[in-house]
Amino acid sequence: MNSLGTVQTQSVTLFHPPNPLVLKSGMKLGPIDIAYETYGKLNAEKSNVILIFHTLTSDANAAGLHKGAKNPGWWDDMIGPGKAFDTNEYFIISSNVLGSCKGTTGPASINPAMNKPYGLSFPFVTIDDMVRAQKLLLDHFGIKKVLCAAGGSMGGLQALLWATLYPDIVESVIAIACNTRHTAQQIALHEVSRQAIMADPDWNAGDYYGVSIPARGMAVARMIGHITYMSEKSMDEKFGRKLIGKEKLGFDFTHDFEVESYLKYRGDSFVSRFDANSYIYLSKALDYFDMAAETSLVQAFASAKAKFLVIAFSSDWLYPAYQSREMVRAIRANDLDVSFIEIQNNYGHDSFLVEVEGQSQVIKPFLKKVYEDR
Amino acid sequence: MSLRRAQRRSNLLRDCFALKSRARNDTKGIMTPTRFDHTIIIDLVEPQSKVLDLGCGDGTLMSLLIDKKQCRVTGLEINEKAVFECLKKGLTVSQADFDTSLADFSDGRFDYVILNESLQQVLHPKNVILEALRVGKKAIIGIPNFCHMQARLQIFFGGKVPVTSKLPYQWYDTPNLRFLALKDFHRFCKDNRIKILKEVGITESSVVGFRPNLFANIGVYLLSK
Repeated sequence: MNSLGTVQTQSVTLFHPPNPLVLKSGMKLGPIDIAYETYGKLNAEKSNVILIFHTLTSDANAAGLHKGAKNPGWWDDMIGPGKAFDTNEYFIISSNVLGSCKGTTGPASINPAMNKPYGLSFPFVTIDDMVRAQKLLLDHFGIKKVLCAAGGSMGGLQALLWATLYPDIVESVIAIACNTRHTAQQIALHEVSRQAIMADPDWNAGDYYGVSIPARGMAVARMIGHITYMSEKSMDEKFGRKLIGKEKLGFDFTHDFEVESYLKYRGDSFVSRFDANSYIYLSKALDYFDMAAETSLVQAFASAKAKFLVIAFSSDWLYPAYQSREMVRAIRANDLDVSFIEIQNNYGHDSFLVEVEGQSQVIKPFLKKVYEDR
Repeated sequence: MSLRRAQRRSNLLRDCFALKSRARNDTKGIMTPTRFDHTIIIDLVEPQSKVLDLGCGDGTLMSLLIDKKQCRVTGLEINEKAVFECLKKGLTVSQADFDTSLADFSDGRFDYVILNESLQQVLHPKNVILEALRVGKKAIIGIPNFCHMQARLQIFFGGKVPVTSKLPYQWYDTPNLRFLALKDFHRFCKDNRIKILKEVGITESSVVGFRPNLFANIGVYLLSK
């Protein structure tokens, strides 16, 4: 497959005083740095724009390789010349979300008023706030139309809100492995992750920058995350009861099983690449997400005009397919054009990252049709 | 259960017609229907209509309606593979069981709702037809004729449930939940105050003008409330 080659993250500072971003909580935030990457060429009419949104712990590097990096962007299999999101055709913008730690302003950023990291003085952010910040980035580019807003998991939630907050801008939405409100189980899982971080003495009420890293708490949080991203079946197929580094059970509390060591590896590598406060802020933003909080779900989509493609995966128990079906029914009830498929596989929530073939074959013709029908 | 039903439905489509289920692209790039029932249905649809195809299969008929009649078409289909084929063609389709999901559509949203070769396999056919006529201004329904002469002969002389080339299933593996003749459908429409605007009895290659309830394999109906 063709690749985009070397790419780099760019940054722009927006929401300068006296125009801060007014957050859903009522608090104000500004100036805000936004880290972003673009792939492909913006056409003369600025009509080939696709916004790609990332997940809880990802970043703006959706595709292509950073100089010196080992691995390409998180959706490199899907974005590039000839791929599902074809960079020969479309201009793709991928930005890091508000509250993250990958170049966009978040709790680890320096609070200009205090001249030290925000920590817990960082205001609460919601998915709405992320989207409103992205809108200003779009304005910065002078773009008036978005051919498609697309993402999986937390990225899918952003795509849905783009369609309802900016109906005259967004022409289509691809919402993958996501839902319209975080359910009790999802909140519960996040709460365990947050508690793991907050129970770590090194967290120090969020004031740990330059002193320590709540590494143990973060590792546990990430382990929980990884369990929820896989299906029971895919875990069993990948690890089974295979032992690690020993012939038989050790009868002690060192790692016996391969799955234990896998989780430890995942947890440990997370510590070096993500900020603990960003994790608890963003997980809370997800938990606050509820499109039907103030209205019915059908009404929540009333403003939208976009054409929708909704994809769910049979083995995803974190964002189960029935939740996507609920979403589809609400969209359909608004007489909007919606397509839906539940792809059968075993990869769990991670499917949207690994089920490249199936998704590509569905996404490519969808985008082509939207582009032709403009 | 419903997935199995859909799987069998695609078998039925294949076997019942014993025809290729794909529209042919001729040299000019214009699509030509390869199934006679599709030709009849396309003729019934006014150009530029809004159409909902229930049990749309791999989207062959939907593509033809777009190509030949410039329709805006949406499909519902339960089978994942079939939905996948539709999406590959760039069609609008939802993987859904239309026994239950028609309630989402507003009244009169479509000009036509098509139920071709799927009615005999739904759990609640009466409800589906009434719903089709609520969300559609008209409905086009194609049903296999279980009282074709060949079937009658088998019952009469063979003394057993008929298995013919057009009704190829044994009693234990049939996907069909409902067994009806064209005459039964007439009765149903009368009882439910549904107007039959047009009835076309067909075989796999021609229209049956004379006694369709005896000689047609399929009845195609244009209905309104």
